[in-house]
Amino acid sequence: MKETLRVENVTVRFGGVTAVEAVNLTIRQGQLVGFIGPNGAGKTTLMRAITGIVRPDSGRVLLEGNDITETDIHLRIRAGLALAQQIVQPLRALSLLDNVALACGSLRTRHPLRSMFVTGRVSEQQIARELLSNVGLADVVDEYPSTLPLGYLKRLEVARALALKPKLLLLDEPLAGLNQSEAESLADLISKLNEQGQTILLIEHNLREVLRVCPTLYVQDNGKPLAFGDADEVMSNPEVRRAYLGASHA
Amino acid sequence: MNYEITLITTMAISVLFALSLNFISGFCGQISLGHAAFLGAGAYTAAMLSKASVPFLLTIPAAALVAGILGGLIGLTSLRVRHDFLAITTMGVGFLFIGIIRQQDFFGGEVGISGIPSSGLGKIGFMMLCAFLAIAFAAFSWFVKRSWMGFVFQSIADNEDVTRLFGIDVSRYKLIAFVIGTSGAGIAGALYAHHYRFIAPDSFGFVESVGVLAMVIVGGIGSIWGVALAAALLSILPLLVQFIDDYKLLFYSGLLFAMMRYSPGGIAAIAQSLINRARKESA
Repeated sequence: MKETLRVENVTVRFGGVTAVEAVNLTIRQGQLVGFIGPNGAGKTTLMRAITGIVRPDSGRVLLEGNDITETDIHLRIRAGLALAQQIVQPLRALSLLDNVALACGSLRTRHPLRSMFVTGRVSEQQIARELLSNVGLADVVDEYPSTLPLGYLKRLEVARALALKPKLLLLDEPLAGLNQSEAESLADLISKLNEQGQTILLIEHNLREVLRVCPTLYVQDNGKPLAFGDADEVMSNPEVRRAYLGASHA
Repeated sequence: MNYEITLITTMAISVLFALSLNFISGFCGQISLGHAAFLGAGAYTAAMLSKASVPFLLTIPAAALVAGILGGLIGLTSLRVRHDFLAITTMGVGFLFIGIIRQQDFFGGEVGISGIPSSGLGKIGFMMLCAFLAIAFAAFSWFVKRSWMGFVFQSIADNEDVTRLFGIDVSRYKLIAFVIGTSGAGIAGALYAHHYRFIAPDSFGFVESVGVLAMVIVGGIGSIWGVALAAALLSILPLLVQFIDDYKLLFYSGLLFAMMRYSPGGIAAIAQSLINRARKESA
């Protein structure tokens, strides 16, 4: 399988605190990798280093073999990354349809001056409608985010990220804040997307759902890589059990 | 009749000036507290060129160019700061502009520039030109608002970080908004200089920047017709009511406060809610 993402020896420090230390991680095309770890493991920091929100102090990030370590966020997105954020950030002045349509129009918005002379949105709205339908939001496409509950907005985040047709979809705790039935339903959707060929890196605390849908796990603790591989093998690793359940369960 | 022509000309220049700020603050969400500096840059450019016998109609694009270049430079700083920091930066630019103009004899210093030649179009012709340019800028704003550029501006105004996650080069869009908005202010400045035929640093100070921001907020930030209406009304109020002219800053600040407290969407939002209510009642 072709290599989609490679994180090479990445270290991120905030002042005197090392949030991520010498992390290596490779994700191949078509994989769904669950990224887990206790609180403070540096999961979100590593995700941010991949998207460019924080710059690593050392190491490299490669997307399909291209070094994107020093690349601006918008250029990483154009190169094939998409992020659904942990704290939902819908564009509140736009309907759900337009939230996704704007992401669908990434070719139209690439050149600012050209974007001034293009007005039609029908084709992008059509694609947006399909994407919203795929994530189970077909009935609320014309609603505004302020009127909808968190579960809907989490799905909107996923639809917006998918609109970018990413090579790698990064999902940062998409199940957080959802009740069990909502979490199950969204986890099923993530699994379905992966079955359709979407490569996904899923950060998640909901271990039950991660173990249900992710065939591969990457575990990090205290900013350091702990284990990577088949989900069952990783979860039987004493180091992982110790990190999660304490020394007595290792 | 002369009085009415003066009022309409003043209104048209103010509408153009307010719409130019609306392009930056209303469309793109970049709050500027120093927009009068760009009005001043255009006014000084046009006045000095006119005094050097450059034809009036050529001074307009020259004023737009100078104000636009200045705006581009300031816009570059806006790429690094945002929200309230941008407001403070632009306010600083406004004070810097006044400080430089006041100290330089080249710009007429404290006494400004007087004896600016007339436009040569006659009072009615000049009024028509001002009205045409205000309407043209409003039409241009409407065109941009409907385009994908307007769509992106709306997104930037809502959330810059999310917009970046769509692969959009937010910095370039913000810069373009700044250049277009400040060029518009430069054109308004050229008209201002030839309308009053006298300019001085005080005409482009902080009070004017707050005044034009009040026009945008009262009209409804981002609304073209709302801002045009508010600018038309607020620009002639000081001419009609002496008290308002004497206490401009107090009046504009009070108005800003009242709007932000009771109707943050301005006249446009009030009108929209009235229309919605009427529709509900008739349904």
